[in-house]
Amino acid sequence: MGLEFDRVSKRYGRTVALDDLSFEVAVGEVFGFVGPNGAGKTTAMRIALGVLAADSGVVRWEGTPLTLDVRRRVGYMPEERGLYPKMKVRDQLVYFARLHGMTDGAARRAVEDWTQRLGVADRAGDDLQKLSLGNQQRVQLAAALVHDPVILVLDEPFSGLDPVAVDLMSDVLRGQARAGVTVLFSSHHLDLVERLCDRVGIVSAGRLVACGTVTDLRGTGPVRYVVDVPDAPPGWAHRLPAVKVLSTSGSRAELELAPGADEQAVLRAALAAGRVTQFAPELPSLNELFRHVMREAA
Amino acid sequence: MTSLTPAQFVRLVSAREINTRLRTKGFAIGTALMLVAIAGYIALVHLISGSSATVGLTSPVASLRPPLQSVASASGKKIETVAVAPADASAGASKVRAGELDALVVGSPDDFTVVVKRQLTGDLRTVFTVLARQQALNRQILALGGEPAQVDATVAAATVNTVALESGSGQYTQRLVLGVMAGGLIYIALVLYGQGLAQSVVEEKSSRVVELLLSTLRPYQLMAGKVLGIGTVGLLQFLILGVAGLAAALADGVLTIDVGAAAGMLAWAVVWYLLGFFLYALLFAAGGALVSRQEDIGAVVSPLLVLIIIPFGIGLLTVPTNPNSTLVAVLSLVPLFAPMLMPMRLGAASVSGLEAAVAVALTVVLLVLLVRVTGRIYANAVLRTGARTRLRDALRPA
Repeated sequence: MGLEFDRVSKRYGRTVALDDLSFEVAVGEVFGFVGPNGAGKTTAMRIALGVLAADSGVVRWEGTPLTLDVRRRVGYMPEERGLYPKMKVRDQLVYFARLHGMTDGAARRAVEDWTQRLGVADRAGDDLQKLSLGNQQRVQLAAALVHDPVILVLDEPFSGLDPVAVDLMSDVLRGQARAGVTVLFSSHHLDLVERLCDRVGIVSAGRLVACGTVTDLRGTGPVRYVVDVPDAPPGWAHRLPAVKVLSTSGSRAELELAPGADEQAVLRAALAAGRVTQFAPELPSLNELFRHVMREAA
Repeated sequence: MTSLTPAQFVRLVSAREINTRLRTKGFAIGTALMLVAIAGYIALVHLISGSSATVGLTSPVASLRPPLQSVASASGKKIETVAVAPADASAGASKVRAGELDALVVGSPDDFTVVVKRQLTGDLRTVFTVLARQQALNRQILALGGEPAQVDATVAAATVNTVALESGSGQYTQRLVLGVMAGGLIYIALVLYGQGLAQSVVEEKSSRVVELLLSTLRPYQLMAGKVLGIGTVGLLQFLILGVAGLAAALADGVLTIDVGAAAGMLAWAVVWYLLGFFLYALLFAAGGALVSRQEDIGAVVSPLLVLIIIPFGIGLLTVPTNPNSTLVAVLSLVPLFAPMLMPMRLGAASVSGLEAAVAVALTVVLLVLLVRVTGRIYANAVLRTGARTRLRDALRPA
């Protein structure tokens, strides 16, 4: 259950933005949404928020389609940030909390709480445009959190953040997930996605091309080994079957094994070539996985 | 947390519009400036219609005071007289020079001289000319053995017999001015708050806050809240200016029509302000939704401003000189023209109950139609960014 995209499609004229996109985010899970620009991440999120209508398909929460009533409990951070530049921080956060159905008193308490937690309480009486960009981002995050949502949909929440704010944002997302909030966010910062997410979905051209835990995804990627054979003649590995030499530096070689290739055979060949001082599997980063998946999808 | 009804959403949005607008310096300063302008206008009217002249009389001509006053009041001129001692004739002259006295009369009752700063102007010249002739006449009556006082009394008793073809002609000008002012206030409100609304719609688009808003409420609720909120602020200002202006003019005596008639005109003005504002506000909101940047706003706002200026201009040029113009009578029934022309006509001419009802009914019909059309344009265009949305695209069913 949780948050479910069920065969969602959307076209803009002849351009296909989403093509039968389906995936699920479990309750309390942090789900990272990655993909190149124009892959359809923002379109998918805007459809979930009802800002955009899907041509077909449906987004459900706990089995029922996301209506305005359910969306009250969603916290949203649009890709292009948006708040009133000439409105006081406190006033607009209270306004957004009230639009989500909070009473005036509860809204004011929540705004007090979140501006404290995000470190902008002392600027609550200022017009938003007087704040630094970093602080404006914090207010934007507060606007997504202030009504105590059960689902968070954040489009590129890390873009434009300084390192301190990145840590703050990471802590908040993890904290929210621990408290049972379902988090879906998109990012180009793959190292952050890798660190924060329980599961990752990779979209390309409106389709989900890979989805799973980072560990799962690694299993689908190419297998790489770093092998160091100091005494071996140069080019010893080039003749090995089902092995591609990615790079060499000194006596060290980075090898990529074809799917299904036997790493023991490679080890035996290395031993035959000389004394082996290093034979280590290299786990691909999400970055590499992403490139690999994108190559496969193309 | 409870689920909000559409009315609650609309109320939240309009409350925000009202709060942010009332707190701006622009509202306070704008209202104050317009109040000053109205006060200035009333003072000007007062000055032109009711100013009195101060005339100094030296003691040899003190006996001229009663005939001078009677001549002045007969020609509708207010004159205050001040006695000036003969030893002070030079001091009196300096008072004339200083402007404390408008004129100083010296000499004898039969042969007086009027000392003025530069020239004896308009009304005062008439008064003194009549006075001089009367004195000359009195001398002739005496010479002929008559009794001047008796002749004067007979002459004074003679009045002009007039027949007024329309009643209340004295209040006619006042009603005319009130009508034009009501039309003018409505015109200013439409221009100011119509543009303000368009800017506010574009502000939400250009700052992208509209995306966050529309994840919680529907476009029509946002649009309705904005129109109602800004309309309320405009109404507040309209009432402040209308009530303060009428009260000041009535208290000052510039306005002599009865309070009931003034209140009736204000009530009609409010009705037409509301109808006019909603009519134009819907167009301004839809127009604002078509563009994404403040720089592009002129392209959609200017045609609407022209639409407002035309009826106001026609009214201003025609109604004061020709209140019964057929052109204005017909145009005042046309919905987009009625909000400015009807109040003007209501002041100047007798508008039949049928005409008023037809004008209101036609405007309401257009209003209902516009709610549907502009609502669709707004909903379709408000989330589109980049180039200006074509009207044809925005009208397509979502």
